[in-house]
Amino acid sequence: MTAPEADSLSPDTRPARRSVWRAQLPVVAAVSLGGGAGAAARYAATLRWPAEPGGFPWAVFWANVIGCAVIGVFLVVVTEVRSAHPLVRPFFGTGVLGGFTTFSTYAVDIRNLVDAGRPGTALAYLAATLGGALVAVWLAATAARRLLLGGRP
Amino acid sequence: MNWLLVVVGGMVGAPLRYLTDRAVQSRHDSVLPWGTFAANVTGCLLLGLLTGAAVAGAADSGVLLFLGTGLCGALTTYSTFSYETLRLAETGARLYAAANAAGSVAAGLGAAFAGVAVGQAVWG
Repeated sequence: MTAPEADSLSPDTRPARRSVWRAQLPVVAAVSLGGGAGAAARYAATLRWPAEPGGFPWAVFWANVIGCAVIGVFLVVVTEVRSAHPLVRPFFGTGVLGGFTTFSTYAVDIRNLVDAGRPGTALAYLAATLGGALVAVWLAATAARRLLLGGRP
Repeated sequence: MNWLLVVVGGMVGAPLRYLTDRAVQSRHDSVLPWGTFAANVTGCLLLGLLTGAAVAGAADSGVLLFLGTGLCGALTTYSTFSYETLRLAETGARLYAAANAAGSVAAGLGAAFAGVAVGQAVWG
């Protein structure tokens, strides 16, 4: 026996859930397309500038720092300067830049450097990426506000 | 073929991060960006396991490109992490910003070290 409440609820909740999912589909597709492109760009950088065994992973370092600078400008533009199409932020911010930058390769590379007997390089990489990323996003967002909003916060 | 593996991995990883973020952010009221934190730490653990499996000879380069470079690479992010940390600092939550930065790096590294150790133990 189905409870009467469940009977009366089901016609309302099921289409609602389906429409929420349907509304999410273009966003998920935009994130997916952007993520594939961002991951490919990062892969291209690691092929162009391969890290030596036990060496500083420069390609992923620059991918992360540059990705942070770009997201600083991008998110100031689409949230504070002008309104953008609703799929622009999912595609470029969450997808392309999220796929281009990586936290997992950063962490596992630090572990591998420690394992290879290079704790100094591991520590330098850990600190340089964290510091570089935070300074990059701060400088980029600040510069974008100064240039595009005339210094208004 | 290598490019295809990376692209398809990225096409899976990025929406997994988006959906993880949506699911986690809808379940707490804290100002801390737990959604990105969850995606980053999970990705570090997965890439650690994969690296451990590869060291033990149980994962070939195709698996590494698809699941490692593509999926884990796109599941995790430095750009959103840094932007969310900046927003915490700008809105006056400086202690939370510092906690998010230090906590994410510490948890990500812990997950990576643990993942490799477990991967080597399981597939070694």
